[in-house]
Amino acid sequence: MAIRMTRTQPQTSAVPIARARRPRSLTTQRWVAALAIVSMAIAACGDASDDATDSEPTTVRVLTHDSFDVDADLVAAYEHAHNLRIEFIAMGDAGSVVNQAILTRNAPQGDVLFGVDTTFLSRAIDAELFVSYRSPRLDAIDTRYLVDDEYRVTPIDVGDVCLNVDVGWFDDAGLPLPTDLDDLTDDAYRGLTAVMNPATSSPGLAFLLATVDRFGQDGWLDFWASLRANDVVVTDGWSETYYDEFTLHGGDRPIVVSYASSPPAEVFFADPQPDVAPSAVIEASCFRQVEFAGILAGTEVEEAAGSVIDFLLSVKFQEGVPLTMFVFPVVNDAQLPDVFARHAVVPDSPLELDPWVIGEHRDQWINDWTSTVLR
Amino acid sequence: MDQRLDLDRVAVTMTPTRHGRASTVRFARVWLLVIPVVFLSAFFFYPVASIVGLGLWPDGRFAFDRVAATVSDPTVARVAWFTLWQAAASTGLTLLIALPGAYVLARLDFPGRRVIRSLVTVPFVMPTVVVASAFLALLGPRSPINATSVALFGSGAPTIDLRRTVAAILIAHVFFNYAVVVRTVGGLWEHLDPRLEDAARLMGATRWRTFREVTLPLLAPAVWSSAAIVFLFTFTSFGVVLILGGPTRATIEVEIHRATAQLLDLPLASVLALLQLVAVVAALAVYGTLSRRVTGQRLVAADHAPRRADDRASKILLRANLAVMAVLLATPLLVLVERSFAMPDGWGLDHYRALFAPASTVLAVAPWQAIRNSLIFAAAATLMALVVGTAASLAATDARSLGARIVDRGLMLPLGTSAVTIGFGFLVALNRPPLDLRGSLLLVPIAQALVATPFVVRTVLPVLRSIDQRLRDAAGTLGASPAKVWQEIDLPIIGRAVLVAAGFSFAIALGEFGATVFVARAQMPTMPVAIFRLLGRPGVTHFGQAMAMSTLLMVITAAAIVVIDRVRVGQIGRF
Repeated sequence: MAIRMTRTQPQTSAVPIARARRPRSLTTQRWVAALAIVSMAIAACGDASDDATDSEPTTVRVLTHDSFDVDADLVAAYEHAHNLRIEFIAMGDAGSVVNQAILTRNAPQGDVLFGVDTTFLSRAIDAELFVSYRSPRLDAIDTRYLVDDEYRVTPIDVGDVCLNVDVGWFDDAGLPLPTDLDDLTDDAYRGLTAVMNPATSSPGLAFLLATVDRFGQDGWLDFWASLRANDVVVTDGWSETYYDEFTLHGGDRPIVVSYASSPPAEVFFADPQPDVAPSAVIEASCFRQVEFAGILAGTEVEEAAGSVIDFLLSVKFQEGVPLTMFVFPVVNDAQLPDVFARHAVVPDSPLELDPWVIGEHRDQWINDWTSTVLR
Repeated sequence: MDQRLDLDRVAVTMTPTRHGRASTVRFARVWLLVIPVVFLSAFFFYPVASIVGLGLWPDGRFAFDRVAATVSDPTVARVAWFTLWQAAASTGLTLLIALPGAYVLARLDFPGRRVIRSLVTVPFVMPTVVVASAFLALLGPRSPINATSVALFGSGAPTIDLRRTVAAILIAHVFFNYAVVVRTVGGLWEHLDPRLEDAARLMGATRWRTFREVTLPLLAPAVWSSAAIVFLFTFTSFGVVLILGGPTRATIEVEIHRATAQLLDLPLASVLALLQLVAVVAALAVYGTLSRRVTGQRLVAADHAPRRADDRASKILLRANLAVMAVLLATPLLVLVERSFAMPDGWGLDHYRALFAPASTVLAVAPWQAIRNSLIFAAAATLMALVVGTAASLAATDARSLGARIVDRGLMLPLGTSAVTIGFGFLVALNRPPLDLRGSLLLVPIAQALVATPFVVRTVLPVLRSIDQRLRDAAGTLGASPAKVWQEIDLPIIGRAVLVAAGFSFAIALGEFGATVFVARAQMPTMPVAIFRLLGRPGVTHFGQAMAMSTLLMVITAAAIVVIDRVRVGQIGRF
């Protein structure tokens, strides 16, 4: 063992292996140490919110979709007042959340699910995901949104999916704004419309349902066949249609599927804010979607979960939904923000379908749509 | 070269003392295998098997009818064929365009080389949804090319519209995967002893012949490695196909997502997931056969290899490649930057200010927190990926060990598996003690590390395997213990590779979206999740802020990679 590889040893290789050995290993150590510190910091961050109070707050986990949003201060205030800790866990899009909740029925990921909409309601109810809960705030809810007489789900917000039109574009073109879905198949409106694939987009699916309600189960596919012949463009999701196809944002389609809240949002989030919204909604095309919340069966904190539902129905939360999630409140005592009051259209008699009818036909309709429009 | 290595081994085992050490090494390797095996079993095989099992045995009985119906469905066959050929075409095209780039960045010395080599990694980690939007602008009727043609020939000039075409998919795949080839192949290329090529040239071989007969065989392991990764990435392509290919084109990945997230048709999703798995395993087997030839060779310090581009051919090659990088990689990113500064009347910083405004109504948290979340999660994921990946690489150094080969390939499988399968698998599997990770923050770095670990292995392993066994033997003969041999020979050489891998992992973790979106908490969005949420909102300022956030992601990624690349050059990089 007397012979050791040292720096004075003649190099047998072209590569001067043993040179800067010491500084190198030191750097490696520093590097590992830095990563270790970072990983400890993560652990610390995870615990940072566990501030001890007099009695330990009850943790309620709320499963929701990735467009969920709420003012953090509002949550903190409610948590403080009710000795709660509310964790919002986003689980992909609205469909994914419901499907994941169904798959994990036996070992629920959360205590409350928020974000099941009209299109997926029957699937969630049939899977017996929820337990009944009658919120003290039920009386404040507009009764037309109370669809479940067993109170397994509670309506939280409502939004209409509508055709949006670029008003300036139609002015320049000297073309009247379309007023009905039928107009879209007119030759004058050829190549002007962009919609979303209902198999991948939830507003896309809502628009499909709008056509089913408007033209009936016998006629809606004919409408789509004509629309296809009239050069409709189909994108995968809302943001591609709205930001890449819509003339308002540099595309070449002045008619797109979006929300009733989009025109007021265009006003509110412009700087400076215009007096008139640059886009408008075709009222006759609007399809109403209600978003529900429910307490997941199997929760160990049912009472606290109920309190979270009450929070979602509170005036403050309800008044916040227009500008955080671009939907409308369901309670009668919430004020709309000024910009919504002035620029939003809420149709009195929107297109609608019964959630159980949707549940029964949804997959078949999507398949039929795919065959008619894409193949 | 294989043969030579084998002969060395025989010589080694003839000495009794050496035999003892060799078995110590083998023993250590077996133990190192434990880390990747446990990681892979707990966070990949178990979750995926759970969700696939749930689909194939819905009520405890095998759903034979559904499986048979799915397998014989012509639509499924069509989707599978499209998935396969577009992935093969994308891989070929990426190699064709990126190999010259790898050469230029590894072997030619020119001002800004290191920075450019770091920057080409940025496209790889950008969220698809953001980049696809830039591509739509560049490939559509209003593209700069079409604008030029209209300006020259009037409004009747022919315009090119590549939106919703296969061409758009292929171009975007090259954009995203260019860095895989440059980093994996370039990492080995800059270590090749240039004297081998010089000798060939001196003996009268042409440049092309030298490349074909000397350089390429030496590079083969890295080329196949990168090809395998690009193939897996493009085979499971999701966003690019959906957005750029239009709704009539679907990969298996798209169909799995639809079946799982939309239809809750688990039998269909499971069959498709298995189909994807079979294809991926087959691809990995082909790759394994092709890359088995171990190249023992002399490696030199990276700084020795590059030469000034002073002859005509080198200059042309250099300029052509820089032009390709500028057009293909920089232009789409510049579109995003341009949009982040675009105001209704001119240019400004308003979108950036909005991101850092204290009372942002746009996200649940202040946007700067998304940046912090991303950095923390990515650091944790990098650490996990380095531990698992380095252990796997060390264990798999001996390419002939069966266990090592299986782990090596197994770690690649997550790249070829649908994010939705993994996301849903986590849910149905990791919900009972001892692995009850429901709602855990750890799920985010775990999901990111699953995707990053193969890159660690693919970066470290080729370097480790190409260490000349004679160096180790020489050290051993001179009396060094196996640990000493490892410390003096293996460590200096792989130290550099590990740091390259760290940079790569960090960048991947920063940009990961597919799996993260299933396991992230709403209050702790990462940057890609925040961008996705901003893009889901109407209003011109939201779009601007999404672009501003994308630009920040780009800058942070670039900064992280530049810093890591600097570190390795400064200290660890020197042999």
